[in-house]
Amino acid sequence: MFARRNLLVGLLLGLVACKASPPAPAPVASETPQDEAISLTGAGATFPYPLYSKWISEYNKLNPNVKINYQSIGSGGGIRQITANTVDFGATDAPMKEDEAKQARGKLFHIPATIGAVVVAYNLPEVKGPLKLTPEVLVDIYAGKVKRWNDPKLKADNADANLPAKEISVVYRTDGSGTTAVFTDYLGKVSAEWKEKVGVGKVVNWPTGLGAKGNEGVTGQLKTTPYTIGYIERAYASQNKLPMAEIRNKAGKFVAPTIEAMSAAANAVEVPEELVASLANADGEAAYPITSYSYLLVYEDAKDAVKGEALAKYIWWGLHEGQRFSKALDYAPIPTKVLSKVEARLRELRSGDKKLLSGA
Amino acid sequence: MFSRYARRKYTDVVVRAACVAAAVLALVPLVSVLYYVTSRGIGGISLAFFSELPKPVGESGGGMANAIVGSCKLVFLACLFGVPPGVLAGVYLAEFGHSRFGKWVRFSADVMSGLPSITVGIFVYSLVVLQTKHFSAFAGGVALGVLMLPTVTRTTEELLRLVPESLREAALGLGIPKWRATLRVMLRTAAPGIATGVMLAVARVAGESAPLLFTAFSNPFWSSGVNEPTASLPVNIYNYAVSPYEEWHRQAWAAALVLLVLVLLLNVSARLLVRSRVGTR
Amino acid sequence: MSVSHEVSPLIRPRSKILTRFGREVNWGDFVFRRATALLATLMLVALAAMAAAMVYGSAESLSKFGLGFVTSQVWDPVRDVYGALPFIYGTLASSLLALCFAVPISIGVAIFLSELAPAWLRGPVGFLVELLAAVPSVVYGLWGIFVLAPWLRTSVEPFLARTLGFLPFFQGQQRGFGLLAGGIILAIMITPTISSVSREVLRAVPSALREGALGLGATSWEAVRVAVLPYARSGLVGATILGLGRALGETMAITMVIGNRSEISASLFAPSYTMASVIANEFSEATGSLYLSALAEVGLLLFVVTVLLNILARLLVWRVGRLPEGGRL
Repeated sequence: MFARRNLLVGLLLGLVACKASPPAPAPVASETPQDEAISLTGAGATFPYPLYSKWISEYNKLNPNVKINYQSIGSGGGIRQITANTVDFGATDAPMKEDEAKQARGKLFHIPATIGAVVVAYNLPEVKGPLKLTPEVLVDIYAGKVKRWNDPKLKADNADANLPAKEISVVYRTDGSGTTAVFTDYLGKVSAEWKEKVGVGKVVNWPTGLGAKGNEGVTGQLKTTPYTIGYIERAYASQNKLPMAEIRNKAGKFVAPTIEAMSAAANAVEVPEELVASLANADGEAAYPITSYSYLLVYEDAKDAVKGEALAKYIWWGLHEGQRFSKALDYAPIPTKVLSKVEARLRELRSGDKKLLSGA
Repeated sequence: MFSRYARRKYTDVVVRAACVAAAVLALVPLVSVLYYVTSRGIGGISLAFFSELPKPVGESGGGMANAIVGSCKLVFLACLFGVPPGVLAGVYLAEFGHSRFGKWVRFSADVMSGLPSITVGIFVYSLVVLQTKHFSAFAGGVALGVLMLPTVTRTTEELLRLVPESLREAALGLGIPKWRATLRVMLRTAAPGIATGVMLAVARVAGESAPLLFTAFSNPFWSSGVNEPTASLPVNIYNYAVSPYEEWHRQAWAAALVLLVLVLLLNVSARLLVRSRVGTR
Repeated sequence: MSVSHEVSPLIRPRSKILTRFGREVNWGDFVFRRATALLATLMLVALAAMAAAMVYGSAESLSKFGLGFVTSQVWDPVRDVYGALPFIYGTLASSLLALCFAVPISIGVAIFLSELAPAWLRGPVGFLVELLAAVPSVVYGLWGIFVLAPWLRTSVEPFLARTLGFLPFFQGQQRGFGLLAGGIILAIMITPTISSVSREVLRAVPSALREGALGLGATSWEAVRVAVLPYARSGLVGATILGLGRALGETMAITMVIGNRSEISASLFAPSYTMASVIANEFSEATGSLYLSALAEVGLLLFVVTVLLNILARLLVWRVGRLPEGGRL
């Protein structure tokens, strides 16, 4: 019957879709002559996703048999998945805490893979040049103490700006995020009162303002609602052409969030052997004060030697050749003096007794 | 007598106008959303969109071919896990569901329809992904199937109950066993309505991204079979729409447009399928 | 008249078995009832499993905060202090607001499509309304941010403040984002569910009833009101409950427009926060067993609220009048 045939056709199409196998890959000269296909999965932070997807694509061109699947389900998600062993590597903006690290099956290395900045963006139709903000004013705005744009505290640093007499609409991130962690980390460092009353973390109890979901939610509010201020990743501000405020750094200079300023902040901070460091409020005249590392999470002892080696080689590539893609995507490369420490750490990766990276 | 009639007539006209107004009001946001999606997405539709794999930012071209296939796969699996159990459970409720047990089942279907999709995703994650130690399209299909169950069950029950008893009595009078009467006469009569319920459920799960994040994950490459993580349109739409890049936004809108068209096609074919079995209604 | 000796397959004798109840029962009926019961049990089991998982997951939070979780307004992950009252308020307020908008419109659409519309219009309009269900949640959210919220901020909220500003519902700063935006977006999302199912329910009403009423001299609306609606009542309520369920569980779209502030305020312009949103927002990043446990408890609370609302809906229907349900006159 007509209908029965349709049903059968539908079923067949469904089964075909399920059994669909990938088209044969085009033969390309590969760097490492391996024939077996290796699939790696990673999960974690949203912030470095554009960079990692560029890395994965470029690395796959060089090594077509290595397929890496990275998905941004959030830093917390990344930590949970690597601990549960459902993925091969994780990614996080904020470093793991002690009790989180205890739940893993072994020691997890934090590998700083790239550097990003959190910028303070705003929507002020009347103001032409970049707004200059001191840490104290920024804290007061987010604490609800500075309520209007033409407050004397704001006028003090922006004498020639045409600040309107409107109420400041504060926007924060409602979803847990590394961006909030970095921003509150900075606010906590410059204001003991903030650290005590509100605290530092991926989600905090904001004294005032509206919560928007994700960087794109904050960006959307900034674009559509005038007299708003919010904190977002640098890429969102630059891609959406939102004005970014210049923040006064520890050395007293008002610095714009340029790639050079981010690198200056990274260069100013000593990184310990564990490779975990906060770049907030760094020293140096040219440093942008709200900068941070983003880390990859890898087990020191890989269970599967083949996968472990492939992963180690990929991360090595990312930290060397991969860094040249940073600037175009609004990230800063890892500074050379930190790179040597990272290399030493990567060389410690092993599977059982065998070291995964030999020579290189 | 005259004024009472005039009042009744007047009420009739007012209510009719209100219903028309309601229909218009319901369509206004739809038209707005469709216009929004189409105007922003049409630029991203190209042959490359349907045939290529995603490319990173900065490289031209790239598409969502794997996501389109992945979504088809996931919807197929969801229907497999959600429709037969749902329809049969609905049949049970309509036929035998007057007992206390039936009340409990009906209640649980209603409550389940109120669970956030992310909760169902987390549940299926613990059930399937943690046990198999990897993400898979199978887990995604299970999650979507569970999301479909309550809608399909309740719609089947409600519509089956509305089929006039006279049809069943006629069938039983001819000597047809009770179960056959239910399946071949009552169910078939209610089929177009049930198809609507199923299509509603499918439309909803086709656009869900939250439960897929922890089950089917996603995949920048092709995935084979059902045991690998797979890309899907809603997850890609979400990832691209929340990115900072205009290029990716355009792809997200184009994907949303493609998703709408796919669901539309499913809807049309389901209707045709059912109509041809029952006759025009 | 010759009788065909070929017996229709439908009425071929089937084997019978004796059940323990002493009645002769067709084996087909026996299997059919058991099989469908099994699948119905599956739904019960799935729900029970999810509820059990949620209780297990929220054990830590339950023991630490007890009843205070439901009465406290403080949600502070930094200090590990959690209270869910603002979320309960936000969920109830936004869902009920959505129902207020969606139910009249959806039933109106359903009546329009089943009674009033000319035949050529029914198909396309019905289709379009169902298409609303296929739009992904995140697309609704983005549309809400870029189209709905600015419109509310510039046109609707000032108008409401001017005309009805004496009511506490329409006071406060007008930002576009807030409870009103959340309610409207939810209403748009549940309209296809309620109207599609309602339309099918109305179509299933035997035309004899309608025609009988018309034959007695009723106007179209009176025929619908007197003959069709009572018969379809149970189905319409079922449709509304399905819509309510969808509203309670919606996460993505509503969190993008509702402002996400855990405060309780009578004003519709004020930001709010729903239980489903807080779970979706914070689950991916949450680390720390008490935090995750608190989120699980919020999920459990949502479950409890859904159960209570369902009971309430059933009671309301029961109280309004025990008219015979459709099909069983």
